[in-house]
Amino acid sequence: MSQRWSIALFALVMALFPVLPGIPPFWMVLLDNIGLAALVALGLVLLTGVGGLTSFGQAAFCGFGAYTTAVLTTSFGLSPWLTLPASLLVTGLLAVVLGLITVRLSGHYLPLGTIAWGLSVYYLFSKLEFLGRNDGISGIPPISIGSLKMMSAGSIYYVIWSAVLISSLLTLNLLDSRLGRAIRALRRGHLAAEAFGVQTARAKLLVFIYAAILAGLSGWLYAHFLRAVNPTPFGAQAGIEYLFIAVVGGAGYVWGAVLGSGIVVILQEILKSEMFSALGEGQLEIVVFGVLLVVLLQAAPGGVWPRVAAFWPFERRSDKLPAGERLAARPKVDIAGKMLLEVQGARKQFGGVVAVNDVSFKISPRQIVALIGPNGAGKSTTFNLITGVLAATSGKISMLGRPIIGLPPQEIVRRGIARTFQHVKLVPDMTVLENVAIGTHLRGHAGAIASMLRLDRRDEARLLAEAARQIKRVGLEGQMYQLAGNLALGQQRIVEIARALCADPILLLLDEPAAGLRHNEKQQLAALLRQLKHEGMSILLVEHDMGFVMNLAEQIVVLDFGTKIAEGAPSEIKSNPDVVRAYLGVAA
Amino acid sequence: MNTTILLLLAQDGVTNGAIYALLGFGLVLVFAVTRVILIPQGEFITFGALTYAALASGKLPGTAELACALGFVAFCVEMFSIRHQFTTGRLVRATALYILAPALALVLAQFACRGTSSATINIALSLMIVGPIGLYLYRIAYQPIAHASVLVLLIASVGVHLALQGLALLFFGAEGMRAPTITDVAASIGPLRVTGQTLAVYIVAASLIVALWLFFGHTVYGKALRATAVNRIGARLVGIRTVLSGQIAFMLAAGIGAISGILIVPMTTIYYDSGFLIGLKGFIAAIVGGLASYPLTAAAAVAVGIVEAFSSFYASNFKEVIVFALIVPVLLARSLSAPIMEEEKD
Amino acid sequence: MTEMLLSVKNASVSYGKVEAVREVSLDVAPGEIVTIVGANGAGKTTLLNSIMGILPFRGQVQIDGCRFERLDIEDRVAAGLFLVPEHRELFTSMTVADNLVLGGFRTSRSSATAALQRVYAMFPRLKERRLQLAGTLSGGEQQMLAMGRALMGEPKLLMLDEPSLGLAPRIVADIFTIIGDLRAAGIAVLLVEQNAQAALRIADRAYVMELGSFVLGGAASKIAGDPRVVASYLGFEQGMSHQETAS
Repeated sequence: MSQRWSIALFALVMALFPVLPGIPPFWMVLLDNIGLAALVALGLVLLTGVGGLTSFGQAAFCGFGAYTTAVLTTSFGLSPWLTLPASLLVTGLLAVVLGLITVRLSGHYLPLGTIAWGLSVYYLFSKLEFLGRNDGISGIPPISIGSLKMMSAGSIYYVIWSAVLISSLLTLNLLDSRLGRAIRALRRGHLAAEAFGVQTARAKLLVFIYAAILAGLSGWLYAHFLRAVNPTPFGAQAGIEYLFIAVVGGAGYVWGAVLGSGIVVILQEILKSEMFSALGEGQLEIVVFGVLLVVLLQAAPGGVWPRVAAFWPFERRSDKLPAGERLAARPKVDIAGKMLLEVQGARKQFGGVVAVNDVSFKISPRQIVALIGPNGAGKSTTFNLITGVLAATSGKISMLGRPIIGLPPQEIVRRGIARTFQHVKLVPDMTVLENVAIGTHLRGHAGAIASMLRLDRRDEARLLAEAARQIKRVGLEGQMYQLAGNLALGQQRIVEIARALCADPILLLLDEPAAGLRHNEKQQLAALLRQLKHEGMSILLVEHDMGFVMNLAEQIVVLDFGTKIAEGAPSEIKSNPDVVRAYLGVAA
Repeated sequence: MNTTILLLLAQDGVTNGAIYALLGFGLVLVFAVTRVILIPQGEFITFGALTYAALASGKLPGTAELACALGFVAFCVEMFSIRHQFTTGRLVRATALYILAPALALVLAQFACRGTSSATINIALSLMIVGPIGLYLYRIAYQPIAHASVLVLLIASVGVHLALQGLALLFFGAEGMRAPTITDVAASIGPLRVTGQTLAVYIVAASLIVALWLFFGHTVYGKALRATAVNRIGARLVGIRTVLSGQIAFMLAAGIGAISGILIVPMTTIYYDSGFLIGLKGFIAAIVGGLASYPLTAAAAVAVGIVEAFSSFYASNFKEVIVFALIVPVLLARSLSAPIMEEEKD
Repeated sequence: MTEMLLSVKNASVSYGKVEAVREVSLDVAPGEIVTIVGANGAGKTTLLNSIMGILPFRGQVQIDGCRFERLDIEDRVAAGLFLVPEHRELFTSMTVADNLVLGGFRTSRSSATAALQRVYAMFPRLKERRLQLAGTLSGGEQQMLAMGRALMGEPKLLMLDEPSLGLAPRIVADIFTIIGDLRAAGIAVLLVEQNAQAALRIADRAYVMELGSFVLGGAASKIAGDPRVVASYLGFEQGMSHQETAS
């Protein structure tokens, strides 16, 4: 069954549910609560599960949404439909402010930062006079359409679940797009994404705001559902619970948010009501809840949704090649006679350690240059200086006569320098095709809104077709739909080359491309690189396999302890006494 | 501003800060060794405080029974997990650790609360009860998912926190408890009155810092715990049992939490849920210390204590808002100053 | 027949549905150097990790005749089995000396002191750098430290995973000399190497691994002469020497 039909079926079941005879009204309340929690969790799926930004603060955004409409409807008598955009706007703006700080937090500081501002906002709600302090605000009008006032749990149900379904679809669309791939790449660190032009800070901020707005929407619905607000549901506990819902459902899966909130809300309800009220122990419920939480995590650390989805007959994605128009190639500049890349006295110091010591070399158009030397000699650091990952302490680097030093990686790849990494940086749970398509990032244009509304299909088809073309070029078309993490390390390096080719580079930087390849695979790689050179590309590579390097490179630069000790044609390098002493050893 | 008030607030802040520092150490220790962010640290404070208070008032603390119950669960979990690798040695060890140790503590506690036992005995007994609870929790809740991501471990921590808080209510009731001060000695320095209790706080905090520094810097076992934190696989490859490291870290953290609780309970009434908020402040200190540095954690803890003391005096309504909001810029500064390195995300 | 130090029977390892190692059996006798050659992705690292107990697997592992497949890594270490993994797994933020001391975590204090002297004698560079943080060492020094750390545990069998990876050819030669010294000291070595030529030159026996299975096994000199091995693993080196004579 295709995903589209599964969703339609789910929508139908949810639509028919309230009209089934004999459904107790209490169930509707429960379903409303599930929907409200699912909206917040959906944001967390994108933010935490996909983007890798753990937030304990989502309850605060619910609070912003809820309090905005509460104040505007009760103090100013505005209609709830007018306050909806206001609630989302206030939430969105506050999300920008908090997000600008939060997305800059690194590692564990990020979740902890969200706890900190989450608590702060909660205490603010409970202390501010105009928000009613601890008592909150009551007398909020219900949502109404014409004369239909949605006073009951059964009537607001349709509003809540429409919101859940529409948000889920928009989220799925967003994930399956150019921007979605960029977001999915964030969790694995930002270097690779930035190397292909992704503005990672902006992408993070985008998901942060997106998740906040979903939480704000949930808050707005909540305020009109209960028709009263107070600080308690927006505190630390709630923030933790939302995250818990996302993790239980399976952080990273859109439908995990819905499933997770179903599980958690129903579990809480069962514990609160039947079994334990009979025992007369009001607090046992929280003990059992905590224990169940731990047990659930031990039984399914990846969440429940992947386990459920395994039983559902989802149709596998078609294995046919993506088709689309060719992307426009980089405009040809006249490079004849110019130096493609010129590194002059590049220096990088980390504290007192000089990693790259005034290194200079040049790369001409259509030239293959190799950078060799022992590990720790500064080869990868040199790559990082050229690609803008690291700022040079001093020195000049220019491309076709224009300085590129100090430019961010996103700008350097735009100018035509694409790279691979020594430690492969692919997203293991994305297909080879999707991984390679990240390389086309700068050649597409669709933004978040267009992606969510599926207006990006032509753009998207072009990008995927280009990715498929480059995969074929490196000879991995058989693995196009495999998850990148399932490939052997040597093949993953080749996938990285395809990804770099997608950026339509004029200079390709390859960090140990042949490591992990067999003899015949190395020969194929060498043939590919010669072909690329023949088509006009220059290549700078770091490689330890001397046989490979000596056969392929026209010019070799040898580094030792950050310093260039030799430069020349392979035959000169082989017999250079300094190189033999520092690197090659007696008989090379 | 009045100098006396200033000094009093500063003293108050430093005393609280010393407690937060202790808690922060526990958190740093546990995180370093196990990658668990120990939200239940707050409950160890509560347990320590209430166990000590109960013993001091001649009542049998519920935690003694709780330790036995958790020990039994841990024993069952252990037996289940070694069912394919069963050896007599393992059975003996598990029985001693999970069944006999808490049973012994229970028996001793029963003796202690019958007669009037000295403060020292009560403190030792409280540690003997609460410390193993930490170990059992690690065995039951965390050890089976030791390789999960920090996020999953964090959520598990939340579950453990909820369960323990509920258990605390069950075992101690909603009534708050307070214990007699350890000594009644007091001295005045200018306008400041230094009580024996505050002095004890400073001494314990300072000596624990020194003890932790000696342990981690100069003993093979301390180094082994650090090694576990730096590289789990590397540690296992030289024969360090990382599982054991985790258990020890949890036991130490629970012990540190209990000591903090024991130090606080003569100064303020502790309820079943008081620990959480106190723990959070220690948490902040640990965060500022990057969950890695003990001296930074100590400094940050004192700063948190002082900020709290002053904001409760000048803007008591917004005390929490201020304390928690001030963390964010600190985190930002730490994030920006951290070297740009591509961390291998799990 | 001599008692085997390490004996692996029918080992299989799966990642999900993918079987990375299939029904592999191998033996290492005391004081012997055995090498496993094969391309990256053939399953060599997976095999070593499963023998060490890092990865779960089906099959048998015997050390000194005792079954170990159900015991932990730490038990295998106690039995004298040490692995120097591909990524070295050093305690990077601790000093060289601390790394070595922890290598002797399971040995008695007196024998650890003696072992430390031996390791410093074998790797004088480590002695010079003993107060430096392990993370600041060069690649070659890190490899030496990883080997030194394992030797601190007084291994009977040392498993080396790609010890030459990323090192200057000059350092690689040093590392292989030391591997030869280990045999002289009575320590058996199970060596996984991509540099098949060097590995086959030093080893007593060899296995060739492809796609998770052993396709060849026998005396190293015989394996080195096998035409299939020459074609897929030794070809490039020969191609290079051929070119050298041409130039």
